[in-house]
Amino acid sequence: MSPISIEDKLAVNKYDIDREVHISLREDVCKTCDGHYCLYACPASCFKLMEEHITFSYEGCLECGSCQIVCDKGAVEWNLPRAGFGICYQYG
Amino acid sequence: MKQRFNAIVVGAGPAGCACGYTLAKAGLEVLVVERGKFAGAKNMWGGVFYGPNLNELFPQFWQEAPVERYVFRHKFSLLTPDACLSTEFTTEKFGQPPYNGFTVLRSKFDRWFATKVEEAGAIVATGLQADDLLWDGTQVAGIKAGGDELPANVVIACDGVNSVLAGKAGLRGEFLPRDMKQGVKEVIQLHRQLIEQRFNLTGEEGTAWEFIGYFTRGLPGGAFIYTNKESLSVGIAVQLSALVENKITVNDLLEDFKQHPAVAGLFDEGKLVEYSAHLIPVSGMAMMPALYTDGLLVAGDAAAFVLGTGLTLEGANFAVASGVAAAETVIRAKQIGDFSKKSLSYYLELLRESLVLKDLKTFKKAPHFLENPRIYSLYPELACDLAEKLFTNDGRPRKKTWELLRQAMDGKVSFWQIARDLMHIKGAI
Repeated sequence: MSPISIEDKLAVNKYDIDREVHISLREDVCKTCDGHYCLYACPASCFKLMEEHITFSYEGCLECGSCQIVCDKGAVEWNLPRAGFGICYQYG
Repeated sequence: MKQRFNAIVVGAGPAGCACGYTLAKAGLEVLVVERGKFAGAKNMWGGVFYGPNLNELFPQFWQEAPVERYVFRHKFSLLTPDACLSTEFTTEKFGQPPYNGFTVLRSKFDRWFATKVEEAGAIVATGLQADDLLWDGTQVAGIKAGGDELPANVVIACDGVNSVLAGKAGLRGEFLPRDMKQGVKEVIQLHRQLIEQRFNLTGEEGTAWEFIGYFTRGLPGGAFIYTNKESLSVGIAVQLSALVENKITVNDLLEDFKQHPAVAGLFDEGKLVEYSAHLIPVSGMAMMPALYTDGLLVAGDAAAFVLGTGLTLEGANFAVASGVAAAETVIRAKQIGDFSKKSLSYYLELLRESLVLKDLKTFKKAPHFLENPRIYSLYPELACDLAEKLFTNDGRPRKKTWELLRQAMDGKVSFWQIARDLMHIKGAI
């Protein structure tokens, strides 16, 4: 089995994607951060570093909670998606 | 849903279902709320359910529950980039009822468990999230969910590792990255016949195979492969703090692992059907929240009831046991009409008598011991190196095993260091 990119992995999952974003970043705080632990903590690579800015896309989130725990600057405003939305495991 | 419940259980995983089932069986009015579209929709794990706790609730549950395979073949391997040293254990006993463990896919299994809770008389409300607690002074008096206030005599928080409710009630502090392992898993669909050929299995037999070695790059963690009926569960769990401090993603490690020659061929012709992730609380007693307060109990992962002994991480059996203990506490509290903290302290008594706190106490030094980086790189390397020296026949005169071990250790580790680590094994696991 050849290596599979994270995007292709997420593409096989079933999600019910909400219009509401459930996790947001305090960009002013992110600007002062150089550790960027969130990049390595997210198993779904939802965090990206683009031209020195951290961006977050919530659609592929697996709701594990890692990002909030590793961010020692408190920049991750973490919530679960609204009930019924988000990842919907068919195997688990 | 304006009725007042005796108990509201938050979360329909193994802890919440075991709790809700026991309460409903005793005739209490119970509501179980689950934020997923169905029970199990948000849940994943490595994949083996061990122990008799579920059998106590549902004698011979395997006859009706959606289990995959019973674990007959236990394997453990140490990996270096090009070598693999394995031990394997089978016994006919594990192939006979009540069986020692089963591979299980949570999305199916939790759904089944929740139907048993409903059949016992509880209301299971899926697609409903407990956003906050309802307070009456200092007493928890229900939950707020979906814009409604739902009153109850007692709330049991079985809302998983990131327990929102234990946080809101102030029962736990902030989580630390070193207290968590991050687990990711792929489910790879594979023809049943191929699984049985490749893993030397017949009928309903299954394999649980754990690995440590080079693929975690010295970080505390390990990988696993479990056989389901028609799929493989392959995954890896690594300490969260070590990942971020070393700027490594767990998915990269999983991909490295899957390419190892000892396992790569197992996935041939397989098709990825799911990729999942979860945190595992691994610091045991050291990270445990307060387990109860006025009108509130905490069970399962929410209470950090996970046991890591080095070979495996076990939590589902503790979830069931703690869910039942919480239910028994509530049943007693209802009998005496007292849901105060003092009355609910009976929960702690029950847990202390059960395997949950006994095991966590026995292994309370294990989490620290298992952070030793030598376990994950140096020792697997030494073991494989020694094995290679033992098995190699290069036509030159043979050396004694002891001499080969000295050669393998040369410049890497001293006997003194190994002796110290062995002493820690004695204290920890």
